[in-house]
Amino acid sequence: MITAILTIAGLATLFGLILGYSAIRFRVEGDPIADQIDALLPQTQCGQCGFAGCRPYAEAMATGEAEINRCPPGGEATMIALAELLGRDPVALEDEAAAEKPKSVAYIVEDECIGCTLCIQACPVDAIMGAAKQMHTVITDECTGCELCLPPCPVECIHMQPLGATPQTWKWPYPADTVTEAGHG
Amino acid sequence: MADARKDWSFHGGVHLDDHKAESTGQPVRRLPIPDRLTLPLHQHIGLSAEPVVRVGDLVKKGQLVAQASDYVSASIHAPTSGRVVGIGPQAVPHPSGLYDACIVIESDGKDAWTDLPEPMTDYATLPTADLRERIRWAGIVGLGGAAFPTAVKVNTSGQRPIDTLVINAAECEPYITCDDMLMREQAADVVEGIGILRHLVGARQCLIGIEDNKPEAAEALRQALSTKADTGTEVVVIPTLYPSGGEKQLIRLLTGREVPSHGLPAAVGVLCQNVATAVAVADAVLRGRPLIERVITVTGRGVRQPGNFRVAIGSAADFVIAQSGGYSDAVRQLILGGPMMGFAMQHDQVPVTKATNCLLAAAQDEVPAHPAERPCIRCGECVKVCPAQLLPQQIFWHARAHDFDKAQDYHLFDCIECGCCAYVCPAHIPLVHYYRFAKTEIWAQEREREKSDLARRRHEARVARIERLEQERKARLRQKKEALEQKSGESAADPKKAAIEAAMRRVAAKKAAQPPEPETPGGE
Repeated sequence: MITAILTIAGLATLFGLILGYSAIRFRVEGDPIADQIDALLPQTQCGQCGFAGCRPYAEAMATGEAEINRCPPGGEATMIALAELLGRDPVALEDEAAAEKPKSVAYIVEDECIGCTLCIQACPVDAIMGAAKQMHTVITDECTGCELCLPPCPVECIHMQPLGATPQTWKWPYPADTVTEAGHG
Repeated sequence: MADARKDWSFHGGVHLDDHKAESTGQPVRRLPIPDRLTLPLHQHIGLSAEPVVRVGDLVKKGQLVAQASDYVSASIHAPTSGRVVGIGPQAVPHPSGLYDACIVIESDGKDAWTDLPEPMTDYATLPTADLRERIRWAGIVGLGGAAFPTAVKVNTSGQRPIDTLVINAAECEPYITCDDMLMREQAADVVEGIGILRHLVGARQCLIGIEDNKPEAAEALRQALSTKADTGTEVVVIPTLYPSGGEKQLIRLLTGREVPSHGLPAAVGVLCQNVATAVAVADAVLRGRPLIERVITVTGRGVRQPGNFRVAIGSAADFVIAQSGGYSDAVRQLILGGPMMGFAMQHDQVPVTKATNCLLAAAQDEVPAHPAERPCIRCGECVKVCPAQLLPQQIFWHARAHDFDKAQDYHLFDCIECGCCAYVCPAHIPLVHYYRFAKTEIWAQEREREKSDLARRRHEARVARIERLEQERKARLRQKKEALEQKSGESAADPKKAAIEAAMRRVAAKKAAQPPEPETPGGE
């Protein structure tokens, strides 16, 4: 009787020590699931999901607080990728209309810009160049098309310009769409 | 050894009517230079060239007009003398029909050469870096159709040593005969180019792979080789079987070596160059001439006089066809390239580029008919003919379902888009179209991923910067506050006390100095 109790108590202590040691030794900084989710998000930092950027939305999804269908720039592809990663069922996008908007970048009408720097402060990826009372301009390659610079502009001189395909970025159309009328999906 | 070599074969392939005789009846004819030349800045694999001229500039024939903007890029030279009249979007030969940046030159009719660099006739004594630089300067790209910058391809430093140079003279695609005619007429230049390329990469042997439907060209090459007393270079006649001119297929046919998936021929000690590229290299090194013209085939029953023509790069397709005799009534479609790998053009106002090897004005029965696609019956015909030994039906299945990861698991990117599978498909499925669709979708996804990674880095950097600035601001405030407190500790407390003390001392001093006086008046 005593032997059994001692054995079990000894084992419990041993395992407790091992677990306690591994909790310190193999501690993972941050939330790896949130990192994986963040890697799937398009990083426009646009806030259309209702969070203050892609990272907060990723963290909310990791804890199960947010649905996976709230990212319009990512569209259906991102939603499906998230569903696969998190083992959830795909759901219809919350804002279908926003997801179907063509990819655009901000463009500042330089003649109308008054150099107020408000858009520079709003840009989440530092894609706007300029200084106080100097003309501002958008670095097209780095603009994510989040539209966050539009509301602060006091003279409404920022427009969104759809990004047209170039021969280098052009994609072959889906063959079934061009050959027969049979749909897919 | 030679006999053993001929035993090699590649998997699959299809026998096609070659339709080569139509365009080999006449020698290559030089076409006049048109009034306007349109030079796309992106005629090659890699980044677009960067213009070095401005609108209004006068240029001479052979003058650099756009410079390679990256290691993998190619320079562009003026094909004739004249004036730059525009730099901007123009129609380019691309399946999308989209416009792309071009330099437009209006010919002055003089065709006056600029000063060309010195010929390097003693190339064997020169450092290979100088020769590569000359090839790079000349803007030479692979003229077989892929248009990969040659100067990059011949830079084999840091790779496995190259022992075999393979010259691709197979020209396996039906209708196209420009390499055939080039070999018949300029065999000596081909041999010179081979000499330079062999010296460049240090290849022990050179094998010229040529299909057995071009006996005249093979004979011309043999004769040129015999006069040169070139040892180690051999003409190897291979059976006519499409696509023997695919790089990996030809290497397999000539050497028996298998280029690994995702690998370069250098991985098996081989460098493969097109025969027209060899001539361009000879022109650049021995004559100091940039790549400003090429031989193209104009053929099909849609033209009155099929043949091969030496045209200035940038000439419009409609000009080339008009000069070569014009369209016949039978024309239905203009195809750029051959019937297997080419693509249909929406119109003919596009320029001939370095990569253009053929303009096929096809009659109704010459273009592949496109009956409605029917369901795949999984007969496996496509597997039998696939020269890359893929499972075309599986790749199709996943590409059709937009499942690009699975398509890549089946080695989508080893597909050379030769079109054999679609050619034999009894269900008329446009298989290559599905593969191209999947490939461009995957590339687009990759670009998106790169862009989102950049955005993430920039956003994180911004958040970190704002955080740092906030910390700095707080630290400054704290410092100020502390400094203020210290000051008040010293100067707010001390001066007051000091002042009071000083005042008290003054009063005490006064008192001490004046005691007798008040007593006199107050002492009665």
